[in-house]
Amino acid sequence: MIDELMGVINLNESEEYLGDLSRSRPLAAVPFAGRYRLIDFVLSNMVNSGISNVGIFIQHKYRSLMDHLRSGKEWDLARKRDGLFILPPAYTKTPTQIHRGDVENFYSNLDYIRKSRQKYIVIAGPDIVSNLDYREALHAHKKSGAEITALYTKVNCNTHDCVRSTVLELADDGRITDMTEYRSTGQFQNITMKIFIMERTLLIELVNDCIARGDYDFIKHCIVKNVSKYKVYGFHQQGYVARISSLQSYFKHSMELLDTKIWQELFFKSGLIYTKIKDEPPAKYMLEADVANALVATGCYIEGRVENSILFRGVKVHKGAYIKNSILMQKCEIGPGVILENVICDKDVFITANKQLKGECNYPLIIKKGQVI
Amino acid sequence: MHKKQCVAMLLAGGQGSRLGVLTQKVAKPAVPFGGKYRIIDFPLSNCYNSGIDTVGVLTQYKPLALNSYIGIGSAWDLDRIHGGVYVLPPFVKEQGGEWYKGTADAICQNINFLDRFDPEYVLILSGDHIYKMDYSLMLEFHQVQEADVTIGVLEVPWEEASRFGIMSTDENCRVTHFDEKPKEPKSNKASMGIYIFNWPLLRKYLLEDEQDTSSSHDFGHDIIPKMLNNQNTLMAYPFEGYWKDVGTVESLWQANMDLLDEKSELNMYEPSWRIYSANPPRPPHYTAATGKVNSSIISEGCLVYGEVKNSVIFPDVYIGKGASVQNSVIMAGVYIEDNVTINKAIVGRKTVIKQGTTVAALPLQEKADQDIVVIAAEMIIPPYSTIRTSISCLTNEDYCGKEDGQS
Repeated sequence: MIDELMGVINLNESEEYLGDLSRSRPLAAVPFAGRYRLIDFVLSNMVNSGISNVGIFIQHKYRSLMDHLRSGKEWDLARKRDGLFILPPAYTKTPTQIHRGDVENFYSNLDYIRKSRQKYIVIAGPDIVSNLDYREALHAHKKSGAEITALYTKVNCNTHDCVRSTVLELADDGRITDMTEYRSTGQFQNITMKIFIMERTLLIELVNDCIARGDYDFIKHCIVKNVSKYKVYGFHQQGYVARISSLQSYFKHSMELLDTKIWQELFFKSGLIYTKIKDEPPAKYMLEADVANALVATGCYIEGRVENSILFRGVKVHKGAYIKNSILMQKCEIGPGVILENVICDKDVFITANKQLKGECNYPLIIKKGQVI
Repeated sequence: MHKKQCVAMLLAGGQGSRLGVLTQKVAKPAVPFGGKYRIIDFPLSNCYNSGIDTVGVLTQYKPLALNSYIGIGSAWDLDRIHGGVYVLPPFVKEQGGEWYKGTADAICQNINFLDRFDPEYVLILSGDHIYKMDYSLMLEFHQVQEADVTIGVLEVPWEEASRFGIMSTDENCRVTHFDEKPKEPKSNKASMGIYIFNWPLLRKYLLEDEQDTSSSHDFGHDIIPKMLNNQNTLMAYPFEGYWKDVGTVESLWQANMDLLDEKSELNMYEPSWRIYSANPPRPPHYTAATGKVNSSIISEGCLVYGEVKNSVIFPDVYIGKGASVQNSVIMAGVYIEDNVTINKAIVGRKTVIKQGTTVAALPLQEKADQDIVVIAAEMIIPPYSTIRTSISCLTNEDYCGKEDGQS
């Protein structure tokens, strides 16, 4: 059946994960891969999976996200029927309480879910960077007879960051027997992607149940507590899946994109990744430019040396500057003779001539948005 | 309909036969330029930036790519409730239809369109020039001078003057004399093909001209001289800045190269006067450790493993290891395999150039005055070949990607 799946993007992430990068913006709006924000991946995946009804449950600090999404036109979600719904918490239903968790947000926007007409719903977060088609998991969901399907990946926790992740125990038939927080034991783990597929009516039931019991955390209370009550199955998601859960994983997964195999897979595999259009002209390399192993977005103007780095849209690198293992976000300007190594410059940073800044390869130095150094 | 002060009419029906294979499948205004644009982006962006929100685009020759590119005009913010962009092809009427016989005839056949907006002024533009211009300043000039017609004028080198409509003016910029493509030009003030007319007056002239069987129905040949004879006020609006007619392969190539010039007057990086265009959803391009890029423009989605110098690279181009691309324009989706050498060429979209091939008019590298080699779109050039002259499916059937069934 066409159009049987709707999407919900749940932005209930702890915004402290990425330190200064998420200080003034939700994780969903953190810039990534030279021209995107993290939400572009989950949003494009939904669109590329044939979903035309997407609700985004937002919490706070959402100005940059609203500015990014606007009508949803760039994702082809400015539609007459369905389209993009940005759903902030409606405090009227919990007037005196402090906001405790994402289920309250689900609950206050339950009308949206109730009024939607798709049979199935996929719930995802902004922290997964991947290019995937949810219809594969939906197909498995139907085939297994599951009531809830949780997408997961197999992760080597010795080399990857498993902190703040939820680990699955699976029976042979794929049914989930237990779900727990990662407790730093065991090398290979089945880590949930915090992406769940279920029937829309079941979500309404789960949310009402949670609220009735005074619970408020969607994953802990609606899913983990119910693992034995419902048929919850795992779906092993193949392919490149990056989980952005810390500054280290942000830096690591950003730099992975310099591997063109990953670049190809992430941007072209099952559909294109859409983002807000800026109408920048193509990047310009000047006579003195020396660029090796770098991603360069539109509107860049390069006179200096750039190595193992990612340049977002509209970055200027002046003569004699040397950028190594660094990420320069939108509209950064790097003055002549500057040397940067293992540095992440947030948007609109201006580094004046001949400064030298250096971070460590597993602990990048972050220059806050709009700073002049 | 809402009344508009000024409606732009963009003449985009030209075939551009001098661009050869580059206009085999598309009209001249749809020819790609500058790494991500098409020629028509310039007048359309100028309209948007000048505050003109109603534009009729007159198409005729091979309009498919152009029509689908323009769409509802959202790329230039011209998808508007009142006004916006209208594609106006010739159409059948009660008395049978006709092609647009000339620039003036094209406007004349669309009098109904213009009447809907009942504008005070009509701005006539053409779809084959690369330039940035604020039409609102020209309109202001037109109003202040109380002109009937204002013509955009540019001083051109004397030796080129006979290619243009040339006018003489008095000290107040009033046009005293106009010659379309004179053999012996009396002045070097050339018409840029940009006119502002008072619409009621132009409407009268167009209807008269329509009845005139001896007329070629052309603004430069017929309408302007007639108005000058009848003592209408024709003013010359002097334009300074970059302006280039990209009607030939040489001038198109040169205009692309002008973008690479550090001193170029055509600044694409000016945020206040953006040139808008369709934006392909592509990731940033990747320049590998083996890649070397200098004095070039590179678009999204490219993978560069080879050397690129003085070149304009469109989106989704692959340049393999040991390949060298110099002084060239490489259009979208071209795949250049390892150890290919290209010098002074224009390569059409989605062409594949297999490894070890050389594309250059002369064997010597970096010789500036050699001819430009044009390779048509969707060709497949076999390995280790040497391409010294322009090729297309018409000249080299064997290399025609379409017949191969894959590309």
